[in-house]
Amino acid sequence: MDRMIYLAMTGARETMLAQAGVSHNLANANTTGFKASLQHAQTLDVQGPGHPARAYSMGLDRLADLTPGTLQTTGRELDVALEGQGWIAVQAPDGGEAYTRAGDLRVDPLGRLTNGAGHPVMGEGGPIALPPFEKLEVGNDGTVTIQPLGQPANALAQVERIRLVNPDPATLRRGEDGLIRAEPGMAPPGDAGVKLRTGALETSNVNTVAALVDMIQLSRQFELQVKMMSAAEDADRASAQLLRMS
Amino acid sequence: MSQALWIAKTGLDAQQTRMSVISNNLANVNTTGYKKGRAVFEDLIYQNVRQAGAQSSQDTQLPSGLMLGTGVRTVATEKNFTQGNLVQTDNALDVAIEGRGFLQILMPDGTVGYTRDGSLKIDSEGRFVTASGYEMQPGIVLPQNTQSVTISRDGIVTAAVPGSVAPVQVGTLQLADFINPAGLQPAGENLYIETAASGPPQVGNPGLNGLGNLIQGSLEGSNVNTVEELVNMIETQRAYEINSKAISTADQMLQFVNNQLGR
Repeated sequence: MDRMIYLAMTGARETMLAQAGVSHNLANANTTGFKASLQHAQTLDVQGPGHPARAYSMGLDRLADLTPGTLQTTGRELDVALEGQGWIAVQAPDGGEAYTRAGDLRVDPLGRLTNGAGHPVMGEGGPIALPPFEKLEVGNDGTVTIQPLGQPANALAQVERIRLVNPDPATLRRGEDGLIRAEPGMAPPGDAGVKLRTGALETSNVNTVAALVDMIQLSRQFELQVKMMSAAEDADRASAQLLRMS
Repeated sequence: MSQALWIAKTGLDAQQTRMSVISNNLANVNTTGYKKGRAVFEDLIYQNVRQAGAQSSQDTQLPSGLMLGTGVRTVATEKNFTQGNLVQTDNALDVAIEGRGFLQILMPDGTVGYTRDGSLKIDSEGRFVTASGYEMQPGIVLPQNTQSVTISRDGIVTAAVPGSVAPVQVGTLQLADFINPAGLQPAGENLYIETAASGPPQVGNPGLNGLGNLIQGSLEGSNVNTVEELVNMIETQRAYEINSKAISTADQMLQFVNNQLGR
């Protein structure tokens, strides 16, 4: 059979995968701090005897769309959002350091500061643990100040500073758990230029309109590939007809 | 079959959950001491379809891989314990908590429940009970012929009885605080139950050690902001629609294959 059908098949397969990526972005249209994943396709030439006219398609993704999402004010003192670029450092389940933009913080019964997904938030010297407090304020540089339980309002204590980083996006990759990690050996230093805003959360940066247009485009592209498969089938049938005796 | 179908399904599930949380908030907009909830979402695990850095030929490497996300999941529905509006009722048995802390209630099964709803009642034996008839902890019993009750800011309950110039002190309302109130489990009837996530209760007199003060003659309203909930509702509805669109698109793609090929 003609090779054409295999080429069209790779196109259709990659389009299907890209469609799954768009669905993933749409499913996370309301996930706090979510960064849309970006996919693109690349040609892969087939080397071999004959005219080099065949190229398969291969879908790849880049880190993520890093444009900041819109800020949604919630008024909760433990909600923080990053203004502009930057990341909040958290401890990943494997014990390593990872980065996120989801700043829906909370305090667990051991006094550790974690985010909504339960990852402990890192300070300059490891995960942040808080003594019992009455009020908590997060400064716009990540400094955590508390009014210890039972102390007057003028006895504020500075506990820790949330580790904020702003590494080159080229050194970052997304892990299978959705957290962003630095390439091994490229742990970024703390960046004093990263600013937090309290009482707000960053919404998902998925542009639903653009995603919908992508979805329509991918769907038409898929139909085109299937049409090509159908054309290959027709050509094959025609050649079989030619060779038939009688 | 198609991944896109199942991914979009997780999106629909998540928006449905969020809608339930919003509906519950709106339904409780006038519930005394109600704390608004919100759904917390997280992206599901990513599938590594193509490893970045793998060989694309003998001498070349893939500059980036293909990580395919698999949708969204609801991690938690979290309560927001910001203070609600204080509404003045002038009823001597209404107390609002200004600041941290919960009133302790003895539940019918013998465990202790916690509430911010301070609309107290008196039962036939003179005990302080909630609207559901559950007794306060520590128990407070008013004398038979009580004429008026006063609850001070620090929780001391005094009753004026005929024939006595000085009011009689009948007990103290204590408050319990938790290191992580958001970890309490809502149990209905305006009550919360202690969990491993909330930490153990720290009981104390109101106004001491960071606990809030009691305000007699007031109630704490719900902290639901209706405008905010309506905006959330619109956002949720549109996200739901767009996810169902993703399902129908994936369906159409598969249908097209079926119709075009192998006739």
